Amino acid sequence: MVERYVMSVDQGTTSTRCILFDHAGRLVSVTQREHKQHFPKPGWVEHDAMEIWRNLERIAPEAVAQAGATPDQVAALGIANQRETTVLWDRHTGRPIGHAVVWQDTRTDRLVDELAAHPRADMVLERCGLPLATYFSAPRVRWMLDNRPGLRERAERGDVLFGTMESWLIWNLTGGPEGGLHITDVTNASRTLLMNLTTLDWDDELLTFFGVPRAMLPRIRPSTETYGTARQVLPGVRIAAALGDQQAALFGQTCFAPGEAKCTYGTGAFLLLNTGNEPVRSTHGLLTTVGYQIGDEPAVYALEGSIAITGALVQWFRDGLGIISSAPEIETLARTVDDNGGCYIVPAFSGLFTPYWRSEARGVIVGLTSYITKGHLARAVLEATGWQTREVVDAMNADSGLALKALKVDGGMTADNLLMQLIADVLNVPVIRPMAAETVSLGAAYAAGLAVGYWPDLEGLRRNWHRAAQWLPAMDPARRAVEFGNWHRAVERTFDWIKPDG
Amino acid sequence: MLRSVPGPVQSIERAAAILRLLARGSGRLGVSEIAGSLGLARGTAHGILRTLHGVGFVEQDGETGKYRLGAALLHLGTSYLDVNELRSRAINWADALAARSGEAVRIGTPLDGKVLVVHHVFRPDDTLQTLDVGALLPAHATALGKVLLAYDAGAAAALTGQLEPFTRRTKTVPRDLAKALAEVRDMGWAAEMEEMTVGEAGVAAPIRGQGGLVVGAMGVSGAVERICGPGGRPNPTLVTYVRDAARAVSRDLGASRW
Repeated sequence: MVERYVMSVDQGTTSTRCILFDHAGRLVSVTQREHKQHFPKPGWVEHDAMEIWRNLERIAPEAVAQAGATPDQVAALGIANQRETTVLWDRHTGRPIGHAVVWQDTRTDRLVDELAAHPRADMVLERCGLPLATYFSAPRVRWMLDNRPGLRERAERGDVLFGTMESWLIWNLTGGPEGGLHITDVTNASRTLLMNLTTLDWDDELLTFFGVPRAMLPRIRPSTETYGTARQVLPGVRIAAALGDQQAALFGQTCFAPGEAKCTYGTGAFLLLNTGNEPVRSTHGLLTTVGYQIGDEPAVYALEGSIAITGALVQWFRDGLGIISSAPEIETLARTVDDNGGCYIVPAFSGLFTPYWRSEARGVIVGLTSYITKGHLARAVLEATGWQTREVVDAMNADSGLALKALKVDGGMTADNLLMQLIADVLNVPVIRPMAAETVSLGAAYAAGLAVGYWPDLEGLRRNWHRAAQWLPAMDPARRAVEFGNWHRAVERTFDWIKPDG
Repeated sequence: MLRSVPGPVQSIERAAAILRLLARGSGRLGVSEIAGSLGLARGTAHGILRTLHGVGFVEQDGETGKYRLGAALLHLGTSYLDVNELRSRAINWADALAARSGEAVRIGTPLDGKVLVVHHVFRPDDTLQTLDVGALLPAHATALGKVLLAYDAGAAAALTGQLEPFTRRTKTVPRDLAKALAEVRDMGWAAEMEEMTVGEAGVAAPIRGQGGLVVGAMGVSGAVERICGPGGRPNPTLVTYVRDAARAVSRDLGASRW
């Protein structure tokens, strides 16, 4: 019998990756390509959507070839993508309108302040479960429409389309200007500030509030469903799932029951808790979001704690400062010292997300003395991820009324043993890594495979989950309390840095 | 058998001259300057520079296109590959190996004549297991260690006298071990049968970096009745899994031939 596989496309913040998985959820082949990060001004972060599409065109066939397979052995393709990153493109030429504006970009901070002052601003959180912040897509669409003459008219006529990365890729895969499907999935749509969390459809009042024409929006589809068939790159392969990357990780970690949670450590870190078929409102700065929707079934909601900068701080250490030459060396450098030497780094590069939601905050390094070496700084880099996780877990415990008993982790940074131990230490609960650290990709594959019957049901997927590693807490409680206090004082020093008048 | 002592290799002599040239003065030179200084054709100099660039011995400035000495030269005497980077590059393949084999996976690098465990994946049966990253294992009594010794003549020669016995089956005589290491080189993988712990066995294969240099070993270990077939030899399917996984990591690290 010819072996069949499912392909996942993980369109991430720094790279695009294609992975083939087999029936047991095991990785068979991987191809990856980084794309350029454009920083045209302080606070601006952009990607070239065309470069990302070209990367996919190249690496998807490579992944099939690496497995020694042919496209007809690919049962389905699922996409997980960086969320909230905003692409506008011309329906007729297929060309993007300028660069995509990335989720970390804070150019809309003044626009968001203006919108927040509007008497109807309270409606936003109420209807879409998200606070008004630069992080989400709608202010970016508005900014792009306001800053390019004639664009709004073209958008109103439906000549210019909006999408997050999965929309852009699916549109291109299914034919682009020649009949490409303009769709998004419910998890990605839930991050725009434009979708009503109850009806799971675009909300006319939110569209009016943000000034976004309906004609440019994609149709909202479930996360798993055969949307269509690829006409480009892997012709004939069914495109059967799309999820925001963090929701994909929740799926890949098989957190299918209410109360199950995971935290993914990548460029940023995102802790999602499955809350079942009811959206739960947070009073501690967590987001209410859609976890996934399987075909016609009711949507499953999640509470989310978002940390903007975790791995990105390590990348900055590597690329911005040149102190290390590869990201994993941060652990080597951090192990040259026993503690942080009194130094703390709060990476509020694009403001602070959960639980603060302070767009005007900016990063600080505090506690500098001549005693501090690059080893201490490296340790402070890793500790920043630890303490930020602690703040999110505290918020999650407060909102859910339950105490987290163990944290399931995944993502590239789980290869860092010192960091994983630190997280167990600051949370005072075990940290568990599953056998597939690539849960984002696995989740997209699971969702697509489920849609086409490659996997029969959720229980079958659960049986593929195994523990690969576990770190147990070992920090003295008194020291934990002191360090957490210091971290808080460091965080306070990031506030109010950007003044309202720019 | 005809044997001859080869003469000096011209391109290596020229490469050495280029490195010496770059180590002098401003340390930043263009292709034409280098070719001119050494009396080489521009194409020849360029070919050598591209090769030196490929192995990290020279770097090229993105704006001026000039060459300078590369960071890899500075690290020649120290560790070849950061162990945390090795783990990061190997983690996906180690997971896949554990899932496929049903056994615990470890990756080891040499440290002071022993094996430093740099990565550990639990056996996928969800039983209670403890992470032993950072532990030191004896090189002569583990499959990981035999792989590292087999491809490091210096480390193998350093093992003299009676080697520490752990079980009745531990190879304690250096001459016996040397014979076993020669077999490892012939086969391309190593086995360990109850030489460390009674009832346990292991299989490991080399992880190679650029140019084929062995930078670590990757292997599975577990109950001897699961690792071995009826004949008391390691299960061939398991050996294939281990070798494929180690090769996949090697490919990622830039070892093209393996």
